[in-house]
Amino acid sequence: MGYLNGFKVTFARLFEDRVTTEFPAEKRPKPVRFHGRHVLNRHEDGMEKCIGCELCAGVCPAKCIHVRGADNPLADPVSPGERYGFVYEINYLRCIHCDLCVEACPTEAITESKILEFSFTNRDDAIYTKDELVVDDEGRPRHQPWELWMEGEDEHLSGWMRATAPSGAAAFEGRVGWSGDLGHGVRSPERGQTGSEELDGDVENEPEAGR
Amino acid sequence: MLGDPLFRNGVDWGDFAVMGVKVVVAFALLLVATMFMVWFERKFIADMQNRIGPNVAGPWGILQTFADGVKFFFKEDLRPANADPLVFRLAPYISAVTAFLAFSIVPIGGVFRDGGGETGTVTLFGKVTYLQVADPPIGILLLLAVSSIAVYGVMLAGWSSGSKYPLLGSVRASAQAISYEAALGMSVVAVVMLAGSLSTHDITAGQAGGVRTWYVLSAGIVPFVIFLIAATAEMNRPPFDLVEAEQELVGGFHTEYSSIRFALFFLAEFMNVVTMSAIMVTLFFGGPAGPVLFGMTWFWPTVWFFAKVLVFLAMFIWFRATLPRLRYDQLMNLGWKVLIPLALGWLLVRATILQVDEGTIDPVIAIIVGILAAGACFLLFTAALGAGDRAYERDQALQEERERSR
Repeated sequence: MGYLNGFKVTFARLFEDRVTTEFPAEKRPKPVRFHGRHVLNRHEDGMEKCIGCELCAGVCPAKCIHVRGADNPLADPVSPGERYGFVYEINYLRCIHCDLCVEACPTEAITESKILEFSFTNRDDAIYTKDELVVDDEGRPRHQPWELWMEGEDEHLSGWMRATAPSGAAAFEGRVGWSGDLGHGVRSPERGQTGSEELDGDVENEPEAGR
Repeated sequence: MLGDPLFRNGVDWGDFAVMGVKVVVAFALLLVATMFMVWFERKFIADMQNRIGPNVAGPWGILQTFADGVKFFFKEDLRPANADPLVFRLAPYISAVTAFLAFSIVPIGGVFRDGGGETGTVTLFGKVTYLQVADPPIGILLLLAVSSIAVYGVMLAGWSSGSKYPLLGSVRASAQAISYEAALGMSVVAVVMLAGSLSTHDITAGQAGGVRTWYVLSAGIVPFVIFLIAATAEMNRPPFDLVEAEQELVGGFHTEYSSIRFALFFLAEFMNVVTMSAIMVTLFFGGPAGPVLFGMTWFWPTVWFFAKVLVFLAMFIWFRATLPRLRYDQLMNLGWKVLIPLALGWLLVRATILQVDEGTIDPVIAIIVGILAAGACFLLFTAALGAGDRAYERDQALQEERERSR
């Protein structure tokens, strides 16, 4: 009775595990290189990394980034260089999370966190301004009221970058190109394309995928 | 044969009250059962697809249907500009009312005893009556009549929408309903023949003598299977849901409907599932027949009845979870070339067996004549099918030739 075999299949399904993730209550772990909402990083001494060069705005295919640079005030400089990001806005109604801005940034000022569940209810909230994007004094993203975070989604903000981490390890705490981050310490660069064998050995090279 | 004892000695105000109570209870019961069915379908099919299903509104999401119903009332009621205003508004009500009507002939309780006399009655407010809204002498014909009228609801909805997908959906619906109505009726005839009555009460009473007398067995399994398939097609349930094939026709006949009018179609559809399950239980599975376990003799038949209905509801959902939709020509082939001949043939066989049992025909003669008749029928049938196929091929060839010459 080949016709009736299908009934057996569907009946057996009754006793199998459910594949559903009950979303708002429970979230599936995200891939380590997930593109979430951006953060603007700061140097270890608390200065902003953004130099207001507008490369991110230029490269953005969705034209969602609006940057205006300004000369640093001599008495109280915002960034170590000559200029700083005076206005920095990202419109998340347009952003496609392609990460081109991150690759374009010459100072690793803008990176992406894994935070994605942010459902604003008006257009003002959709446009993240500098106050919302710049990391706080511990080097963590600022938690907006409409954002749903899962544990760990605010980590590895600039500890890794796909263009500058040849080993591919996202959990690259303690080491990054040439700049130190607020709250994360100074990091020595990662060298070579083969990863850990060329490094000092204590680098966590395990991706966090199955967490 | 006797009809509802309620009306036997004239009609007074008490009878009106009893009727009123029965109507209201049946109405409420059917509505609740339908709401339950919608929830049950979503939950059960989710289980069969490794999902969870509705689980937010109320415990296990059981209030989900209620929430959806409330939501429908607040949705915008759209009407396409070139829809026929009157018919467009009328169609959902035809669907919903007929769905309600069909349930009125189903006896949902009462203790049925084997062997004649007054049976299957309950006492309501000191009045002896049947536990069904109506017991018309035409009985099961009412179901067939009403389910035919229900096609008008679908037909008119599709036609009056002034849009092409609904029209296509409703054309399919009418063709499908007409094709399967015949098989449906034919399979009912076998039961009616055995019961000797069209009344659903008498049909139920005829199955009171234990499982062996249930018509699913005593009529042979064939009428039940035919009824099951035809009923599935009649209510446009998968795998016969070509009427509203989402992938082809958007939503079928109710594409242009929104708000509470859509809810009425939805309601009617699921109500038909409940009603058809109840009819099947009544016709083939002894209706409320079942053992009285302890106390409350009037209570247990109703419990058994709904338990049986529940099994059928689960079965229809199982069908939906398992079977892919038929193609249109397969649908027509199944209806006309398989079910109708099978139903007719089985009816003749069962009638002959009945006559042999009663001793009016000699079994030997019956077998000889039967084999000859079956052979003749088979030859005629194959010839007819062959002629049809040849005509079809001729048409195809002609068409191809025309294409080529163009």
